[in-house]
Amino acid sequence: MSIGTIARLTLHEALRRRILTAALIAGAAFLALYGLGLHLILKESSTRGNMNLIERRIFLNVMTLAGLYAASLLTVMTAVLLPVDTLSGEISSGVIQTLAVRPIRRRDIVLGKWLGHWTVMCGYFLLLAGGVLTLMSTLAHFTPPGIARGLPLVLLEGTVLLTVSIAGGARLSTVTNGMLAFGLFGLAFIGNWVEQIGTMAGNEAARQVGTAASLIMPGEALWQLAASQMQPSILRDLGASPFSPVSVPTTAMVVWAGAYVVAALALGIRWFGRRAL
Amino acid sequence: MTENVIETHGLRKQFGAKTAVENLSLAVRRGEVFGFLGPNGAGKTTAIKMLLALVAPTAGTGRVLGAPLGHRGTRARLGFLPEHFRFQDWLTGRELLHLHARLLGLSAIEGRTRADTLLARVDLLDAADRLIRTYSKGMMQRVGLAQALLGDPEVVFLDEPTSGLDPLGRFLVRDVIRALRDRGTTVFLNSHLLGEVEATCSRVVFVKEGRVIHDMRVGEATGGFEVGIRSGTLTGEARTAIARLGRVLDDGASSPADSGDSRASLRIAVEVEDRIPEIARTLVERGIPVYEIRVQRKSLETWFLDVMGEDQRPG
Repeated sequence: MSIGTIARLTLHEALRRRILTAALIAGAAFLALYGLGLHLILKESSTRGNMNLIERRIFLNVMTLAGLYAASLLTVMTAVLLPVDTLSGEISSGVIQTLAVRPIRRRDIVLGKWLGHWTVMCGYFLLLAGGVLTLMSTLAHFTPPGIARGLPLVLLEGTVLLTVSIAGGARLSTVTNGMLAFGLFGLAFIGNWVEQIGTMAGNEAARQVGTAASLIMPGEALWQLAASQMQPSILRDLGASPFSPVSVPTTAMVVWAGAYVVAALALGIRWFGRRAL
Repeated sequence: MTENVIETHGLRKQFGAKTAVENLSLAVRRGEVFGFLGPNGAGKTTAIKMLLALVAPTAGTGRVLGAPLGHRGTRARLGFLPEHFRFQDWLTGRELLHLHARLLGLSAIEGRTRADTLLARVDLLDAADRLIRTYSKGMMQRVGLAQALLGDPEVVFLDEPTSGLDPLGRFLVRDVIRALRDRGTTVFLNSHLLGEVEATCSRVVFVKEGRVIHDMRVGEATGGFEVGIRSGTLTGEARTAIARLGRVLDDGASSPADSGDSRASLRIAVEVEDRIPEIARTLVERGIPVYEIRVQRKSLETWFLDVMGEDQRPG
C-alpha cells in the first residue's frame, strides 16, 4: 500500500513541478515541427509525382522511424532527468527524513518513486509516439509494421535509463548521477555505431567492442531492435536507411535489458536501505 | 518503577574517520520531557537519527518503546520534527498532512479530521491550502509540528524545533511541549537554547563529543543553588565553618578593603536547600551580623558552562 502512496506522491510531484511542463512543451514543439515538415514534403512529392508506390512506402517508413527516434531521445532525456534528483535531492535537503521515519519500508520508497516516474515516462512516450503515428496516419495514410513489438522495446530502453537514474540517486549526488546516466547512454550510442561500422567492414573486434558497450548499457541496442521490427524486411535487408541496423541485436538483448532493470533496481534498493539519511 | 521508552547502550556512529557519536548510553522514562543538550557538532542530531533508524549505528544497541531501533510497527507510535523543517514544498500544508496520514495507515476520514484539528492547533487553517513553498519559516515549523503530532505519538522527537524562529514560534513550541507533557507523551528535545530547555524539560543530559557527560533533573534541589551573603567581618574560623557547607565561589577577597567597610561578602554554591539555613545559623551563632542572604537557583546556562568545561569553543 505504501508503494502506491509514494507512487501517487511522485505523480503529483511531476505534475506540479516545471520539468514535466518543459518536457511537454518540447514534445509539443517537436510534434508541430514534425507535422509541418511531413506536410510540406508530402505536398511537394504529390505535385512532382516522382515517387512510385514502393519508394513512397520506404520514404514514409523512414520518416516514421525518424519521428519515433526523436520521440525515443526525448523520452530517454525525460527518463534520466525527471527522477535524477528524486532520491539524492531529497536526501541532501532532508525532505526524505519525515517519509523514512513513517512505518514503511525504505524499499517501498524506492519502488514507489520508480513506479511513479515510470508511469510518467510511459505516458510521455506514448503521447509522443502516438502523435508521430497519428500525424503519419492522418497526413499520409501510412502505418508502419511491427508497432506492437517495436514501441514496447523503446519503452524498455527508457525503463533501463530511468532505473539507472533512480538507483544512482540512492548513492550519488544529483550531478554525478546525471553525468553517469548520460555517460552510459553516450557509451552505448557510440558503441553501437562502432558495432554497425565494424560489421559493415567485416571487423570482428570492432563488432565485439560494440556488443560489450551494449551489455554495459543496453539502451541503444534496444532502439536498434525496435527499429528493425518497425520496418518491412526488404528495407531491413537492404540496409537502405539510417534506421536499418546491419547488426541486429538478438532477443537475448531484451532478456539482458530486463535483467539489467531488475538488478539496477535491486542495487538502488540496497544502497538506499543502507544510506544514512 | 517507571518504564523506559528509550534505552541505548554504547551507541556509536562513525562517518569515515569522523566519530559523530562516541558512546551513547541513555534511558528516557515514559512521560519525561527529556532535553538533549550540547554544543553544535556534539552529535545530537546523529543520535536522534540513530534512534529513528535514519542512520544505522556503527556499534551499540538501543530500544525505543521496547522494540529494536527502526522496528517498523513501532515507528507508527513516534513523531519527528527534523531540523530545518524541510518538507515537500510543492504540496499544500493540508496535502502534506493527508500524505502522512496515509503513510501512518489512518483511514481517509480519520486523516482529514486529525489534519483539520492539528491545522487549527498550530494556527494554519488560513494557509492550509497554500503551497508550502510560499510559507514563512515559522509556518514551516508549525506544519512540521502538526505532521509530527499527526499519529498521536507516544514519543515525539524534536530536533532544534525553535532554531531561527521569532519569540511567537518559540512560545508555540513551549505550549505544544507542555500540552504533550500533560497528556503523558514523552518528548525528546534536541536543543542548544538553554532557556527553552529550562522552561520545558524535566530532565536534561549534556553531550560533548558524542558522549553523555552529565545527567540531571531540572528544577529540583539537585540542580544546586548559589548563595550570596553580606555580613559583618568574618573570622577565620567562621569562614572555615561556612566553607564546609558548600563550595566557595567568591570569598570577597577582591572587594575594596580600603573603603573602611567592615562588612564581608561571600558567594557559595550549595547542593541542597537545607544548607542555606545552616549557613545563616553558623553566622548568627558566632554573633556575626547578617545583612543579606540571596539565593539563586543555579541556571542551566551556568551548568552548561560548568559541565562543558572551559576548553569548550563555539561549534
